[in-house]
Amino acid sequence: MSLMKRMSMIFKAKANKALDRAEDPREVLDYSYQKQLEMLQQVRRGVADVATSRKRVELQINQLKQQSDKLTSQAQQAISMNREDLAREALTRKSGLTAQINDLSAQHAQLQGEEEKLTLAQQRLQAKVESFRTRKETIKATYTAAEAQTRINEAVSGIGEEMGDIGLAMQRAEDKTQEMQARAGAVDELINSGALEDLTASPSDDISRQLEQLSSQNDVEAELAALKGQSAPQAISGAQQGQSGQAGQAESVVDAQSVEKEQQ
Amino acid sequence: MIVRILGEGQYDVADSALDRLNELDAAVEAAVAAGDERAFAAALAQLLDGVRTAGVPHPVDAIDESDLILPAADASLAEVAEMLSEEGLIPG
Repeated sequence: MSLMKRMSMIFKAKANKALDRAEDPREVLDYSYQKQLEMLQQVRRGVADVATSRKRVELQINQLKQQSDKLTSQAQQAISMNREDLAREALTRKSGLTAQINDLSAQHAQLQGEEEKLTLAQQRLQAKVESFRTRKETIKATYTAAEAQTRINEAVSGIGEEMGDIGLAMQRAEDKTQEMQARAGAVDELINSGALEDLTASPSDDISRQLEQLSSQNDVEAELAALKGQSAPQAISGAQQGQSGQAGQAESVVDAQSVEKEQQ
Repeated sequence: MIVRILGEGQYDVADSALDRLNELDAAVEAAVAAGDERAFAAALAQLLDGVRTAGVPHPVDAIDESDLILPAADASLAEVAEMLSEEGLIPG
């Protein structure tokens, strides 16, 4: 049998079970309406849950992006100080972050999709519930056993199918949200534990510390040079060479000045 | 005839389009039977597109049972297989 037919039969079987349960068909109407209102509430909560999750992921993505930008500027700073090793380290860490960001962004898009679907589902259900309420009152008012039974069956099966559909949609959205929350929790933990923070944002991380050391050393050199009336700082050039590698003495002074300019 | 795409809503589809949809449905069915995830995704997308193209959206406040029901566009093969084998997947 075709897939389409099998699926609709399964839905029909569900709806019929609900009808069989009640003794007075009119009770089915009220019971079903009650269920619909409950489901409408659930869908509203579901939409809110997904939205909360989505916003949390957005915040995390922004946080990671800031850290990644910081690593980029650290790499630039390191290059301007002739420290390719530091620049390489910063870029390596950045590529790790980029992978995380891409991962989160993909899941964020998925959540957004679920949120949109669920919002539409809510609107559909809302419209159906309102029209069910009207129909329910009409059926009750014109109650004659045989006729009413048919109309009740129609209404309840019709709405039952919609409820089954929306129930499924909610389940899927819930699953995805939970998945996402678990993931967001793990990233939060990473950030809180300092694992990401230490790599990037904290001023005490080793890249920042080394860059700071370099630039404060250069500041001292530059200021000394200024005090001595632009003459090259002979006495301390040895110490500086230890830090800035193979750079010549005159070059070091130029470096120091350009760094100072950058910092202003 | 009314066709529901799960997660999307109902469409009114002319009976004349049914032969074509049955062909597409057979392809989905075959992919499910074969357990071929890629063929399934492609065939399902075609079938749903067929319904959307051939049909017009059923009024949203109408309460009518569908004649046929189809899985959601992003349903996985496992999900559909489970839906067909157990009633448990459909809540309510």
